[in-house]
Amino acid sequence: MYNKTIAEISAGLQKRDFSSEEITQAYLSRIKQHDEQLNCFISITEEFALAAAKNADQRLAKGESGGLIGVPIAHKDIFCTRDVKTSCASKMLDNFYAPYDATVVEQMNQAGCVMLGKLNMDEFAMGSSNETSFYGPVRNPWDQGCVPGGSSGGSAAAVSARLIPAATGTDTGGSIRQPAAFCGVTGLKPTYGRVSRYGMIAFASSLDQGGPLTRTAQDAAIMLQAMAGFDTRDSTSVDHPVDDYVSTLNRSLDGLKIGLPKEYFDDRLDTDIRRCVDEAIHEFTKLGAHVREVSLPNINLSVPVYYVVASAECSANLSRFDGVRYGYRCENPFDLDDLYSRSRGEAFGAEVKRRILMGTYALSTGYYDAYYLKAQKVRRLISEDFRQVFADVDILAAPTAPSTAFPIGAKTNDPISMYLSDIYTIAVNLAGIPAVSLPVGCVNNKPVGMQLIGNFFSEERLLNAAHQYQSVTDWHMRLPQGFE
Amino acid sequence: MQWETVIGLEIHAQLATKSKIFSGASTAYGAIANTQACAVDLGLPGVLPVLNQEAVHMAVKFGLAIDAEIAPVSVFARKNYFYPDLPKGYQISQFELPVVGCGHLDIVANDQVKRVAITRAHLEEDAGKSLHEDFQGLSGIDLNRAGTPLLEIVSEPDMRSAEEAVAYMRKIHSLVRYLEICDGNMQEGSFRCDANVSVRPKGQKEFGTRAEIKNLNSFRFVEKAINHEVDRQIDLLESGGTVVQETRLYDSNSDQTRPMRSKEESNDYRYFPDPDLLPLEIEPGFLVEVRDQLPELPDQKCDRFIQQYALTDDDASVLTATREMADYYELTVSTLGGEAKLCANWVMGDLAGALNKMNLDVKQSPIDGLLLGGLLKRIVDKTISGKIAKQVFDEMWQTGAAADKIIEDKGLKQITDSGAIEQIIDRIIADNPVQLEQYRSGKDKLLGYFVGQVMKATQGKANPGEVNKLLIPKLKG
Repeated sequence: MYNKTIAEISAGLQKRDFSSEEITQAYLSRIKQHDEQLNCFISITEEFALAAAKNADQRLAKGESGGLIGVPIAHKDIFCTRDVKTSCASKMLDNFYAPYDATVVEQMNQAGCVMLGKLNMDEFAMGSSNETSFYGPVRNPWDQGCVPGGSSGGSAAAVSARLIPAATGTDTGGSIRQPAAFCGVTGLKPTYGRVSRYGMIAFASSLDQGGPLTRTAQDAAIMLQAMAGFDTRDSTSVDHPVDDYVSTLNRSLDGLKIGLPKEYFDDRLDTDIRRCVDEAIHEFTKLGAHVREVSLPNINLSVPVYYVVASAECSANLSRFDGVRYGYRCENPFDLDDLYSRSRGEAFGAEVKRRILMGTYALSTGYYDAYYLKAQKVRRLISEDFRQVFADVDILAAPTAPSTAFPIGAKTNDPISMYLSDIYTIAVNLAGIPAVSLPVGCVNNKPVGMQLIGNFFSEERLLNAAHQYQSVTDWHMRLPQGFE
Repeated sequence: MQWETVIGLEIHAQLATKSKIFSGASTAYGAIANTQACAVDLGLPGVLPVLNQEAVHMAVKFGLAIDAEIAPVSVFARKNYFYPDLPKGYQISQFELPVVGCGHLDIVANDQVKRVAITRAHLEEDAGKSLHEDFQGLSGIDLNRAGTPLLEIVSEPDMRSAEEAVAYMRKIHSLVRYLEICDGNMQEGSFRCDANVSVRPKGQKEFGTRAEIKNLNSFRFVEKAINHEVDRQIDLLESGGTVVQETRLYDSNSDQTRPMRSKEESNDYRYFPDPDLLPLEIEPGFLVEVRDQLPELPDQKCDRFIQQYALTDDDASVLTATREMADYYELTVSTLGGEAKLCANWVMGDLAGALNKMNLDVKQSPIDGLLLGGLLKRIVDKTISGKIAKQVFDEMWQTGAAADKIIEDKGLKQITDSGAIEQIIDRIIADNPVQLEQYRSGKDKLLGYFVGQVMKATQGKANPGEVNKLLIPKLKG
């Protein structure tokens, strides 16, 4: 019952093989069975879910069809949900109930999805291992001593363990793709502006983008179809037609030009991961794609640029958490400064504080030009690199992460090494382009991910390529041991 | 030593949009606290700003009216500081690239026309209000005002006296109301200014160290605060001290400024472009459209009044101080069909006086231009004298009735029938033999006495010209 894709669940619901209520119950009991171990969920919304499932069953009974009606999903706890706690995995928002739904939540509700709960993540999406969560780390279903990646670690682990068929996530520097790679699922980071950011708690506004984590590219297409679109409430969302992501999945890849950025394949790349990626690329050539080496000369500057830009933006974005209107407030503040410093000091975790401090520093008088302005200039160079390669090739293929999932605690005391786990994903966010990570192998029984990167609004092509690959391989079908 | 004062003003004009600059909440003044603050104004997690197009339109109107460059691309920036009435912990403003660039405005002060350069005008959101009373030692926050659109108009330090500063501020006040982009209500804080004041020895090129006086919300306070600050700085310098760069507050009760914060403890606002808002792009076509819709501006109207109505510069500038006053005047003139000077005297005299007394705006006048024109018609055609007209005016003010009806009902029509006047004159001369004797023996001043007696007898209705004409020959015998 639980080992199904969205497409399979939808087909089953349409054929009345089972009701939405039944499949919702099935997933809820699976969550109860496994989540104590995995810690994927911050909130489980059983009552809401059962009510939504009943409603979906009525819609289905009326003959409504739609790929997501009655399909259980869960949202990363960064998306505001009316009347359900939205914590962003922070003590700061442990008591926060939004009076409104994020646009993405609204869209998924309209599409008929049944929300089972809110998923664990790194605090305010700042982290690459899900270890910065106020609610404790998520465990990787493939190896419970290892991290699931982050920041959308709860999303990736829950889909991987089949606690839900699909989840939403957000990707600021790799936060969908890296955990998707670590957990062996498919994760799509859309073009910046494709999915509304309204109601998605901001980390770094110019980089944040919501997207789906699913088992298959086909499911990602179904999810994106519902999530994508222009939103008048988000000035950075783009009024660009939404493609039909599902009907184009089966197009042939014959003649597809795939570029391999040499900077991603240098000798720093782990040989086992390289082998998996090479094999996947070989599959693409068998599907008719042509492969050639390309260069993104400024890509090595991505990590420093990212940590200046993202930190600068987050330092302002998190100023609203001041203990005045909502969220955590320290006890008995004796004056305003005390209210601010203790509320923020007591409620933010170490990583969040580190980023706020870095960002504040980078924006300060005397440092702005050297850091923020310089970083923006380099950011444009990186975008320009991508623009040039997409004049020659259709998509790029590259490893998603430099390693497989690492042990819990391995990098918590070494922020730089933690930051480097996003070395392959960050440039895509800086350029604002889409990328999808898909499972392409296993090393020591831990999944390896490869990402396909495309030009602006090329989600259709990326999903098509990923789906074609998944049609001839079965890495995406594998279940972690203990979750069969 | 002779000192020269140097003043620059930063004027905050609240734009008269219906909704806030980045949200759909209402901007109406005076609502119950926190009832006009939506999720965006409250700075809830996840919300995003969306720019109000009308605010941009208004800023552009202002820019074109001061002959400024309108930036084809301008940028919203975050100004970061913590304060409880600033919900997001930053104010969205414009920093490096404001929507309105360099422009200028001509003012008249001490009978001199002077051009004041305007450095820039930018859009920003207002903060909420902190309420420090009524909460037993705590502070209350009202976020109704949070997100209200402001246009901050920054002048060059071109003014050399408090009078010039006030003239400039009045001119901007008049302009924004002409453009209908700000209601100009200073009591409600819709129009307020910060003054940067410094002094320097006359003839010195470099500016002195300046102090910024915050939140001046009346013309009178601007003048008093600047004069006070200039005296303070001169006293300080003459007694061997130095002026510190700082922000000061003007206390109207004690007529003093006192320090608020000094530069050393001032915030580093860490401005950076707001990533939630795209750069604001203004198409040339939009500028043409806005320019075509611009109303006649105060200076243009003033020049036209001087030409068209043969008014003095002073009269024309008083009558064009507000668009409503100018419209009132023109309606009066057109109702009357000429007599522009007579109209000007009445509008600036009796009408303005009555409005002032009742603290009314010309729009609220119980006598509109049509009614006043109707009254003045009866002076021109000699139905009533100017003096009776004032009586009729008072009655119109009370009742709102038309002049003709009042004249009719009260029998105020002027007596021009020489026979009737002659009879009265004869009776008065007969009743006052002593005064007649004195007049005839050379006391010419007594003419006034006789005129007064005639007017009294006719309750002021006798045509004064006719009275004089008939009285003098009879007195002379």
